[in-house]
Amino acid sequence: MDKFRSKLRTRVVAAVSVASALGLVVGCGGSDGGTGGGKKDGKVTITMGLFGVMGFKETGLLDKYMKEHPNVVIKADVAGDEQTYYTALQTHLAAGSGLKDIQGIEIGRAKELSDTQKDKFVDLAGVAGTDHFLPWKQSQVTAADKKVIGLGTDIGPMAVCYRKDLFEQAGLPTDRDEVAKLWEGDWSKYVEAGKRFKQDSKDDKVAFMDSSSGLFNAMIYGNSQQFYDKQGKLIYATNPVVKDAWKLASEAATSDLTAKLRQFQPGWDPGLANSTFASTVCPAWMLAHISEKAGPKNKGKWDVAKAPKGANWGGSFLGVMEKSPVKKEAQDLVAWLTAPEQQAYLFEKIGNFPSSQTALEMPEVVNAKSDYFSGAPIGKIFGAAAQEIPDEQVLGRKDGTIKDIFSQGLTLIEAQNKSPNAAWKTTDERIEKAAG
Amino acid sequence: MGEERQRRRTLLHRLDVRGAPYAFVAPFFIVFAAFSFYPLIYTSWISLHRVELSTLNLMEWVGFDNYTALWDDDRFWNALLNTFTIGVLSTVPQLLMALGLAHLLNYQLRGSTFFRVAALTPYATSVGAAALVFTMLFERDFGMINWVLSLVGVDNIDWENNKWAAQTAISSIVIWRWTGYNALLYLAAMQAIPRDRYEAAAIDGASRWQQFLKVTVPGIRSTIVFTIVLSTIGATQLFGEPLIFGQGPNGITGGADNQYQTLGLLLYEEGWKNYQMGRAATVAWAMFLLLILVFVVQRIVKRVLTRRT
Repeated sequence: MDKFRSKLRTRVVAAVSVASALGLVVGCGGSDGGTGGGKKDGKVTITMGLFGVMGFKETGLLDKYMKEHPNVVIKADVAGDEQTYYTALQTHLAAGSGLKDIQGIEIGRAKELSDTQKDKFVDLAGVAGTDHFLPWKQSQVTAADKKVIGLGTDIGPMAVCYRKDLFEQAGLPTDRDEVAKLWEGDWSKYVEAGKRFKQDSKDDKVAFMDSSSGLFNAMIYGNSQQFYDKQGKLIYATNPVVKDAWKLASEAATSDLTAKLRQFQPGWDPGLANSTFASTVCPAWMLAHISEKAGPKNKGKWDVAKAPKGANWGGSFLGVMEKSPVKKEAQDLVAWLTAPEQQAYLFEKIGNFPSSQTALEMPEVVNAKSDYFSGAPIGKIFGAAAQEIPDEQVLGRKDGTIKDIFSQGLTLIEAQNKSPNAAWKTTDERIEKAAG
Repeated sequence: MGEERQRRRTLLHRLDVRGAPYAFVAPFFIVFAAFSFYPLIYTSWISLHRVELSTLNLMEWVGFDNYTALWDDDRFWNALLNTFTIGVLSTVPQLLMALGLAHLLNYQLRGSTFFRVAALTPYATSVGAAALVFTMLFERDFGMINWVLSLVGVDNIDWENNKWAAQTAISSIVIWRWTGYNALLYLAAMQAIPRDRYEAAAIDGASRWQQFLKVTVPGIRSTIVFTIVLSTIGATQLFGEPLIFGQGPNGITGGADNQYQTLGLLLYEEGWKNYQMGRAATVAWAMFLLLILVFVVQRIVKRVLTRRT
């Protein structure tokens, strides 16, 4: 009997350990071959690869589409981090397997994909009912031969999101119009306001802004040429726009105005939840992230003010893969997801700002207000910012990578006490290696 | 007719005897050729070219330029040094702790099976899960480790941006995952040591600690060498832990200042961030040559030492 029991015990222990081991291993599986989609028994399966909070899955748009098209099943994989997503996408494109029928494309990658991989995407130029986009939006994914590899989802007009309560304790105005006046017309006034904040703040644990790279992005994205010129030549080292942005961002970093966080990296989310910084430069799509991570307890403490200068940070596209066995159905889905009604709906739901001219004029966009952000008229604020975005935006092949390298360069100053000059030198060498 | 059949049978029999072993070992060697040998050769071919991930069909011959560039690249030496320091920081405490743990498990314990399974659980955890949890523990502002440290009056440590802190944190992930695994290897070896040696030592008046030093350690010497070799190879290939520890762009470059970039990460950065497959392949070959170098040096040292004794 004793022997039996001990044997049983060993088995139980073994079974439990095997089960827990399996449980830990599960979730690492992947699929490959084809694009995952297909037709079977009258059902059409469409697979999607997405990143961040594009909102299609989160707001139930995909479910709505499936309800309206009972023969369609959509399977969407959402990667949290765009960098990870894009690396995987590149590998899949090179290997020709593991792709989805529909793939999301971030703006920083648009030029690279349309330069080097356009053969792998379906030309969406002629899809019916897709002539409603802002002209500069569509030109971003149009290759030299007029092939369109994706349809626009959102754009990222920028404003400044700030905490009214934290501004108040530091003696700064809290009304969004007065706050906007603090830095009207010039980003350096934003840094000046930060210095005032730091001086008068009653809580020295609270920083004025989250990271200097947010400020850097906002400054360069307000110009038509950033890292590359129209001929595709790298000009970041001489472009005064980049130089100025670097100077001001490193000034903010060395003046201890930032919380030394990296946006969308560990520490930033808990920073939002625990109020370690009072403001962040926010493109429209960031509102969803802030309200989710800062949580209900901070509802009504946040507000949105107009940025010194209009700029566009980010925005995405949806492309259909040439290899997909359900090209037609996937195109229909993409056209539907990027149609004005859906864009307006996404804006209302999570704040992703429409790239569709038609949607921009719809009353639900123009009159939109955000409950979470103290009822800020986000439709008007971001709409006005969108009008200030230059009509032509010159993209380059390695925009995304270069942006990351600049963020890291600013981290060198912010968190590792390098001098701005040394950090610039390192940044310059890195860009040379990555993009030269 | 019967003779003909007989001959054919003998032939088949001989073929069976001579050929079957080859047939039996063939699967391994076919798989080896396809998944190890071919990639190795192809990698060396790629490393002589300038080629981008997105356009693998366009290759430009550059000879050994990638190798000379790597030799002149600070990042390579930095990564090499980091690989070494993280390797030492993780391997040494790990094996010492494993030895102690195995020694304890070797005693008659209640519920010893439970402890043995428990020791192996971290090993069964995926790198990703473990690294993610540790990343949260080591988080600067709200991580548990800084919270505990603050209780004893230590200021918040920026685990990611401080070079040694980051390397220690990454080593702790490795230590956590592999200590139990090595302990079980040691335990298995220890159980093969005859009991009467301990009894004889005890009669001679040896304490537990002396027994451990004079009986246990010499008894499992070959296992210790084996675990050292395994850990060295593991340390050279260290990749997942630092990648996830940094998260996003910082993981790929091993921190904003490359403060914890290992050779594995450098390979990944060249290949999957800069998309320069030629340079990535060069790093891969450099790592391979390094392992061979370490192996050769170790053989020479061993030979010199045995000759001296």
